[in-house]
Amino acid sequence: MTGKTSAPIDRVSMEVTETSTWLRILRAARDTTPIFLILLALLVAIHIQSPAYNLVSIFKNGAPLAILAAGQLFVIVSGEFDLSVGSLITVVVTMSASISKGDPDKTLMVFGVMILLGIAVGLVNGLVVTRLHVPSFVATLGMMLILLGGVNYITGGTPLGDLPSNFRTFGRDEIKNFPVLGTLPNSIIVLIVAGVVMYWLLHRANFGRQIYAVGGNARAADLAGIDVAGVRTLAFIVSALSAVVAGILLGGYAGVSVQVGKGYEFQAISAAFIGGAALTGGRGSVAAAIAGGLTMQALFALLNVLGYPQELRDTVQGVIVIAAVAYASYRFRRAS
Amino acid sequence: MIALILTQARTKLGHFGHRVLTAASTPIFIVLGVIYLLASVVISVANQGTLLSLDALDTIMSRSVGLGIVAMGQTVALVVGSIDLSVAYLISVGAVYSSAIMQNDPNRMVIGVLAVLAIGALVGLANGLVITKLRVNAFVATLGMSFILSGVLNASFQNYSGAVPDQFQTLAYGYIGPVRVPFILLAAVVLGVWILLRYTTLGHHLYAVGGNEEAARLSGIRSHRVIITAHVICSITAVLTGLYLAARIKAGAPWIGPDSHYDLESIAAVVVGGTALSGGRGGVWGTVAGVMILFVLDTSFNSLQVNEFLQNVARGLIIIGAVAAYTYREHRRRR
Repeated sequence: MTGKTSAPIDRVSMEVTETSTWLRILRAARDTTPIFLILLALLVAIHIQSPAYNLVSIFKNGAPLAILAAGQLFVIVSGEFDLSVGSLITVVVTMSASISKGDPDKTLMVFGVMILLGIAVGLVNGLVVTRLHVPSFVATLGMMLILLGGVNYITGGTPLGDLPSNFRTFGRDEIKNFPVLGTLPNSIIVLIVAGVVMYWLLHRANFGRQIYAVGGNARAADLAGIDVAGVRTLAFIVSALSAVVAGILLGGYAGVSVQVGKGYEFQAISAAFIGGAALTGGRGSVAAAIAGGLTMQALFALLNVLGYPQELRDTVQGVIVIAAVAYASYRFRRAS
Repeated sequence: MIALILTQARTKLGHFGHRVLTAASTPIFIVLGVIYLLASVVISVANQGTLLSLDALDTIMSRSVGLGIVAMGQTVALVVGSIDLSVAYLISVGAVYSSAIMQNDPNRMVIGVLAVLAIGALVGLANGLVITKLRVNAFVATLGMSFILSGVLNASFQNYSGAVPDQFQTLAYGYIGPVRVPFILLAAVVLGVWILLRYTTLGHHLYAVGGNEEAARLSGIRSHRVIITAHVICSITAVLTGLYLAARIKAGAPWIGPDSHYDLESIAAVVVGGTALSGGRGGVWGTVAGVMILFVLDTSFNSLQVNEFLQNVARGLIIIGAVAAYTYREHRRRR
């Protein structure tokens, strides 16, 4: 990521910034998937069906999935997968509880430890994929088994300890008397901050352009002087860190158990795809991935409001994921 | 050193020996043998019985049947360059619907089996069509299918439903002569898939499409049909595993497939056996060895009373290690 190697890419971005902001926004609106409209339609449908339903809660409860989806997007855009995020969430929640034992003074230290853990997990995933050339599906699947086995072994299957209240405040509490919305849950603030950081990383920083280059054509990126292995490894670290943040939020309102992260890896991948990421790498946007995660949450809420059994969530999720990817691939073929 | 031993053995064993030793799956069987012997030694030293007895082998084989059958289908899916994440819930579908249809009535056995096989074929067809015609990536398509099946199953069935008649349980517990019926079932599936991959036109097309779909298509292979057929075969092996599990525990329940992680386990067994995730390479015997390696390790860990959670950690390390070893060899060869 030295200035020298990324020079040709910088010049391209210069041309983009020279065109007017409005034109760019219009172009972006045309290029993004209709996910935002779908999300809006779902929210309206929920509101019509059940006017008393607190729409803010969808954003609050959907925040961990949305953050996770955006983190997963980095890995997907670079042409890989990360199946280890669900188990990493479980590790974050249970280990935070057993390290802090409910002591508020230890929260800051626990955050530090968890961030280091996230970096370590992402680094190992990235190194196994890039240096040992293990397909990311297998590498992160192995990491998932290792993390789950490890956390179950240490806790004996029933984690002890509580999360301190200043740890749980991020996911659980909300700012009262907030204008317009009434209340503003802290998790939404975390979602916005994480979203802005990841947006900047993927769409504004050199790192982001390099991820797109690597995902679009790794060989070409390599020849252009991009450190392909390094970029992929960093993408895994971003994904793991998003799991740490999601785990901290989930620790706020889900209980401390070894089940807390279960299924989140596939939900995050689904959400990223619903948002319009291409599996071959190279496409997708942070905002759309976040909208994808929130859309899934809104969909679950709508099914709930309509009185369908909980179990049908899975079926709807499956249909939506397939439909979203089929649509994206149709658009891609028509465009090219 | 191993190469030297192999060369010497090759000259001594003649033509057949040469073919066995140069087969792609031979190294994995050597690994299996080494693991098996090592485990036997460790276990007998620790005085936890022996792995070398026929009884112990019998146990390992019985536990391998369910995974073995579906892993054969997964091999076909991976060879064609695809993947099937829907097998775990499809196994549940096979087990639940067969026992729900049979309702403990021997006269309904045939209809139960046929219905479940038809469901399997349909799911495979749907997977194949979504992948080829809608151009949805196989990972996402079959993951989506897995969600769909999960929702339908869990919304319609709570727990064990119906029962298979005693006669049907022969599939899991019966003997033909001295041989267990499940071993015959597994052997039939293994041989069937082996013949398919090795001696039929479809088999060659599977490898060709898996190696390079575009090239295969340009040389006149109807690649879409090949991929769809691969998924139908894979799904049928999944419901066969479901039928076997229903025979084994008398009734099906929605959780029996996903609880044993048949989706990820079958993929792990296939890749540990040397079939590439990228398609076009690998085969049946590697998968057989892969399945057996996983179960030899399981059995030895259990008899050594290793913590079950640590077993998962070891399993993760072994899967990564095995695949890293293959790709390392591959990279060295290319240089």
